[in-house]
Amino acid sequence: MLTLHFVPYDEIRGLSSSSRIQKLLTHVKENKIVILDGKLRKEEEVELIRTTMEEIDDKFTGIELQVWDAQHKETGFFDSLKMRIASMLVPDIQGGFTIIGPAAIIKEIKKDPSKIQLITQGSSLTRVRKKTKRK
Amino acid sequence: MENIFQKWINRLLKNLFKKKQDIKLGLYGPPNAGKTTLANHISMDWIGEEMGSVSNVPHETREIQIKEQVTIKSGKRELTFNLVDTPGIATRIDYEDFLKAGMSKKESKKRAKEATKGVVDAIKWLDDMDAVVVVLDATKDPFSQVNITIIGNLQARDVPVLIVANKIDLKKSSLKRVSDAFPQYNVIGISAKEDINIDKFYEELFNLLE
Repeated sequence: MLTLHFVPYDEIRGLSSSSRIQKLLTHVKENKIVILDGKLRKEEEVELIRTTMEEIDDKFTGIELQVWDAQHKETGFFDSLKMRIASMLVPDIQGGFTIIGPAAIIKEIKKDPSKIQLITQGSSLTRVRKKTKRK
Repeated sequence: MENIFQKWINRLLKNLFKKKQDIKLGLYGPPNAGKTTLANHISMDWIGEEMGSVSNVPHETREIQIKEQVTIKSGKRELTFNLVDTPGIATRIDYEDFLKAGMSKKESKKRAKEATKGVVDAIKWLDDMDAVVVVLDATKDPFSQVNITIIGNLQARDVPVLIVANKIDLKKSSLKRVSDAFPQYNVIGISAKEDINIDKFYEELFNLLE
């Protein structure tokens, strides 16, 4: 049985980077697939990989990770600049979401514009979910 | 944000007092993309010795390898740097994958442990790099999160990046797929193993580091 664990960004917003990562990894190590309503900062993504490596043992073999950016149209230089400044001040302002699954369960996460495919271990079964648009 | 600002200041100070010969050029990428094959090619071309062993089994490079004072030349131009070959960055390492490759259980567990440490070290070294060549396997999907995370981090740290689409000699390879995935970067197709487009690669290194 697959367990999807939804984490609203507000649940990790006030935490330090290392606490955020630990919180997400704790869920993943409980064999849950975490769906984070938001994105980690770029440096947190790489820290997530580093921490994962430090915690790998015979039982925990790592994670599968995919990050989706929210679609937005940039009409010119100033829009682009605004988005960059905004994302520096509030890292999750661009929206998007993140899926982190245990490597023991998730073989691969494929993405295309209209669907997300979680390919599970030991099976050719592909679970398809429609991507929901955030407003 | 404070962290990024602090890193930017540190980087500025470091660059102010850095000699040109102290430039660290890192080779980063996922496992089995051909980083060590490329490192060996560069090292053989300009120093006459190899840097590390290569293998079809992933995570052959599990420690940072450094070749100091590599000087490359092109016409009147000359460039000296320290070449840093890093272990492939991955989000999963399962010792059973090495068992399947024919290793003993003891060897597999040891390799897995060393490989995880290698990834940790490669990430730690990101802070020290002055420029990075990201080596991707042109036969694979370039949109893997590891690739995006590495390149996104280098961008956030303001580190100059050259993307190399390696293995273009193989039928399944697609330089266009890699270029389309990272349109804001200079992408060059090479085969480090078959010595294809390496001169062009050196030209791009000058553009990256000068």
